[in-house]
Amino acid sequence: MPAPSTAATPTIVLVGHGMVGQRFLEELAARKVTERTRVVVLCEEPRPAYDRVALTSYFSGRTPDELSLTATDFMAEHGIELYLDDPAEHLDRAARTVTARSGRTFRYDTLVLATGSYPFVPPVPGKDARGCFVYRTIEDLLAIEEYAKSAHTGLVVGGGLLGLEAAGALDGLGLATHVVEFAPRLMPVQVDEGGGRALLRTLSGRGLRVHTGTGTQEVLTGEDGSVSGVRLSDGGELATDLVVFSAGVRPRDALARACGLGVGERGGITVDTDCRTGDPAVYAIGECAQAADGRVYGLVAPGYEMARTAAAAIADGTADQGFTGADRSTMLKLLGVDVASFGDAHGTAADCLDVVYADSRAGVYKKLVVDPEGTLLGGILVGDAEAYGTLRALTGSKPPLAPEQLVLPAGAGAPAALGPAALPDEAVICSCHNVTKATVRGAVTEHRCGTVPEVKKCTKAGTGCGSCVKILGQLMDAELEASGIEVDKGLCGCFAHTRQELYEIVRALRLTSYQELLDTHGREEARGTDGCETCKPTVGSIIASLAPVIGASGYVLDGEQAALQDTNDHFLANLQRNGSYSVVPRIPGGEITPENLIVIGEVARDFGLYTKITGGQRIDLFGARVDQLPPIWARLVDAGFESGHAYGKALRTVKSCVGQTWCRYGVQDSVRMAIDLELRYRGLRAPHKLKSAVSGCARECAEAQSKDFGVIATAQGWNLYVGGNGGATPRHADLLAQDLSDAELVRLIDRFLMFYIRTADRLERTATWLDRLEGGLDHLRDVVVHDSLGIGPELESLMGTHVAHYRDEWAETLDDPDRLARFVSFVNAPGAPDPTVRFVPERDQIKPDLPLLTLGPPRTAATLEGTAIR
Amino acid sequence: MTSRTATAFGTRAVASVQLRLEEGWFTLCPAERLLPGRGVAALLPDGRQVALFRDRTGRLYAVDNRDPFSGAAVLSRGLLGHASGRPFVASPLLKQRFDLESGHCLDDDTVILTSYDVRVR
Ligand code: SRM
Ligand SMILES: Cc1cc2nc3c(=O)[nH]c(=O)nc-3n(C[C@H](O)[C@H](O)[C@H](O)COP(=O)(O)OP(=O)(O)OC[C@H]3O[C@@H](n4cnc5c(N)ncnc54)[C@H](O)[C@@H]3O)c2cc1C
Ligand code: SF4
Ligand code: FES
Repeated sequence: MPAPSTAATPTIVLVGHGMVGQRFLEELAARKVTERTRVVVLCEEPRPAYDRVALTSYFSGRTPDELSLTATDFMAEHGIELYLDDPAEHLDRAARTVTARSGRTFRYDTLVLATGSYPFVPPVPGKDARGCFVYRTIEDLLAIEEYAKSAHTGLVVGGGLLGLEAAGALDGLGLATHVVEFAPRLMPVQVDEGGGRALLRTLSGRGLRVHTGTGTQEVLTGEDGSVSGVRLSDGGELATDLVVFSAGVRPRDALARACGLGVGERGGITVDTDCRTGDPAVYAIGECAQAADGRVYGLVAPGYEMARTAAAAIADGTADQGFTGADRSTMLKLLGVDVASFGDAHGTAADCLDVVYADSRAGVYKKLVVDPEGTLLGGILVGDAEAYGTLRALTGSKPPLAPEQLVLPAGAGAPAALGPAALPDEAVICSCHNVTKATVRGAVTEHRCGTVPEVKKCTKAGTGCGSCVKILGQLMDAELEASGIEVDKGLCGCFAHTRQELYEIVRALRLTSYQELLDTHGREEARGTDGCETCKPTVGSIIASLAPVIGASGYVLDGEQAALQDTNDHFLANLQRNGSYSVVPRIPGGEITPENLIVIGEVARDFGLYTKITGGQRIDLFGARVDQLPPIWARLVDAGFESGHAYGKALRTVKSCVGQTWCRYGVQDSVRMAIDLELRYRGLRAPHKLKSAVSGCARECAEAQSKDFGVIATAQGWNLYVGGNGGATPRHADLLAQDLSDAELVRLIDRFLMFYIRTADRLERTATWLDRLEGGLDHLRDVVVHDSLGIGPELESLMGTHVAHYRDEWAETLDDPDRLARFVSFVNAPGAPDPTVRFVPERDQIKPDLPLLTLGPPRTAATLEGTAIR
Repeated sequence: MTSRTATAFGTRAVASVQLRLEEGWFTLCPAERLLPGRGVAALLPDGRQVALFRDRTGRLYAVDNRDPFSGAAVLSRGLLGHASGRPFVASPLLKQRFDLESGHCLDDDTVILTSYDVRVR
């Protein structure tokens, strides 16, 4: 309980509620200082502290609320007074008061400055023109996003870590993006020349236009005063609609300077190892401070250390462990390029040695710095940062393998990758939160964490920059295995295999029979039985996906396959709550002729069906009895309609926007591409349903980034996004490849889909699959774009076979009296309609007349159909 | 006494499936209309509906077709399976399982379906 404040209550005033400020408050609360002290926070921004490190994820769909670092009731719970949008303007150290912009004045016993940094904008003419931005706050991003709507080209001044992140964001907003860097290479602070070359090659390959070794001399403006281009120091000019300055940051030490506190030569409030300034009542932490080692740290982890140090010093008079300096490891989070640097990356220690591996073709560059005794001091990884987590944690120790073995790629004489098992217990796994291997192991063994999210919650590891999540997972698995916990990854009670394993078994052995698979590969107790409702449709879908390859019938209702399909597939329609069915004809790309619209209307009218436009750009006809399905489809097939597979775990729709043909903004024919894609992948059976969309420009009217595979037109071709999802757990899709030609686009989608079908779990949408996929997006890109597994041609040929063998299920059904025989309500009264399927009128149409239930209302199913747990 | 289950002789085209009602055995359909692992619905003289299933060994089962959780007559369209050696059908609507021999709902003890004796003649 916070203390009621009186004039005598000791008061702490915190200036700046950024990442470090918030951590400081948490550290104070953990030490119960908030219970006996009044705590006042002055926050300049209009919102409480948020995750600045993850700022760019705003562009991949994280909302400002999701970025927040401040739990809703944290301030109230600890009685902390937070003043938003009210920066401190004046310090009076003699009177010990702080005055804010609003005029509020607070007396303090202890003052903590956590004012962070401001982006440095070089004093070039035109720097304040409309269209010039910096990249530091959520407000900056909102402004950039808004302005980018009317822009085509963007330019980032500065090719450092943040500049490249900003460039990635502009690129993601659909702008043709330039980066101008004064140094001769990108990320000059983190990488050396060789690394810079590899980075340049990869980024240029991704469409970024990089200009190194040249400065920005002037921002040029058009007649209306807004940005039109920049003039470079080599005399050249680049046209651009928008400029983002990312030329470094400067500590915000103005308040301290104004009241005579000491600052470093290059800025930063000087502090001692307790983070105390020259005035014992004043502390400075985070990016605004120059630490006792003379450095200003522009990273969050050292800031957090300083927050802990200052809180401990305030609580106990002195910090248990002072802050004397920190690791400056970094990893670039964006652009899909692996870049990591850690420890003494540039080899500044005396007598140190380099071990370098470079493959300029593949854009890979790796350098390790070791001392003469073989202790790992640091390194740089570009293009392949797989080993970052392990290497960073090994820094300062002698790795168990020779350094050259650590940088060689797998398959080039390198021994099996160095697992987390090799790390000592005190190795720091998560440097953002300073979590050691021992702590992570303890989370698994003592706190019984069995999933990565649980470990993250328990230890905080992995909740900062995220670069350690992969190694967290490996450590957790190793620990689980070591403690003998066997996780049953089996599909269901009948199979101990996963869906992916079953796929491989069916493919390799060319099994076309579920019973044979169950009897030979099922769990002992399930052999010879009828299986269950989980594995039957799963195996049915695997057989259907592989049908032409393994020699099964492509018609999902033939022979034994018929018994495997979920009821919807069994009747090629969607079951509704009163036992009736809905009918969804395919309308590729959402494009339909007036004649066909009329046919749908006539069919609906003649059969008395409820008609609704779906969320998938097509028309759903509800209320058909099972015996009405064939005559309805006879009319639809006659008019040229095909099954829309609304019932199947298969391709649903490829939505389109109207695109270049009509829309003034369109840059490609999105409707044609949507139709082509829908016709290509129609009927493809998958672990879960597949949705797609094609937008004609970056305005994204077709919502392609919420689809399993989405396509957005660019001036040069198409950008391909994958892993998007609406539904219960929405996810924005990730950019897989850019500026593709039609043929390249189709080839990558072919590979992507077949790789997903091959490796996903049952009922696992591409979004969850991608999140689970080891190596994540980078691995996916390697496999799909760079064909790192050498299976590209095989995946393409599988898809080719699917396309060649596609037949419309409804046309096939209508052609065969045996197949039609099942579409009766009663086996002993084929002509009789089901009298329990009844309707009543509503809004000029019908709705189900539901029978009164003797039971209570149905409990909703225990899980969403879309989740993989029964 | 007939057991609740009977073996179908699928090869005998004349064989038909019969259900025991109060007034005696009622013929439903030729045995080969039943696909192993799937069900069909049949209409009884009093308007009730029955869901008829055949498992892979040829055993037949019959339960009320009405899904007690939704009120819809759809159980015949559910998937058949075995759990702990006992046959069940999973409702196609909300996936509750029902024991095919006893009619007991495996997800809710308080719910029981009517089950019928079946034979092939
Ligand atoms: C008809 C429609 C609603 C409408 O009136 O607009 C609809 C209706 C159903 N949706 Fe949907 N969804 C429809 C668009 C969507 C959309 C929007 C879209 O596609 O743009 C979404 C979110 C996008 C997405 O999937 O990422 C959507 C997310 C779901 C989900 C959640 C999936 C997830 O990944 O979380 C389910 C449950 C599932 O599939 O397991 C679902 C399941 C269903 C089912 C199949 C539920 C069921 O098993 O009975 C509904 C049956 C429809 C029927 O009987 O015909 N529906 N559903 C839409 C049909 C689109 C079409 O033309 O095919
Ligand atoms: C796009 C981006 C990506 C980044 N990525 C990484 C990364 O991957 N890894 C990493 O370690 N670091 C990263 N950083 C740096 C990291 O965000 C900072 O190190 C961290 O936020 C520093 O915390 P801070 O509290 O010192 O400063 P800030 O988070 O900047 O907070 C300072 C706050 O003080 C406020 N303030 C300033 N003056 C006053 C005043 N007079 N009165 C009241 N309030 C005031 C400011 O408005 C601000 O809200 C990134 C930064 C950016 C912008
Ligand atoms: S997405 Fe399509 S409809 Fe929307 S503005 Fe771009 S081209 Fe036009
Ligand atoms: S290292 Fe940044 S979250 Fe773990």
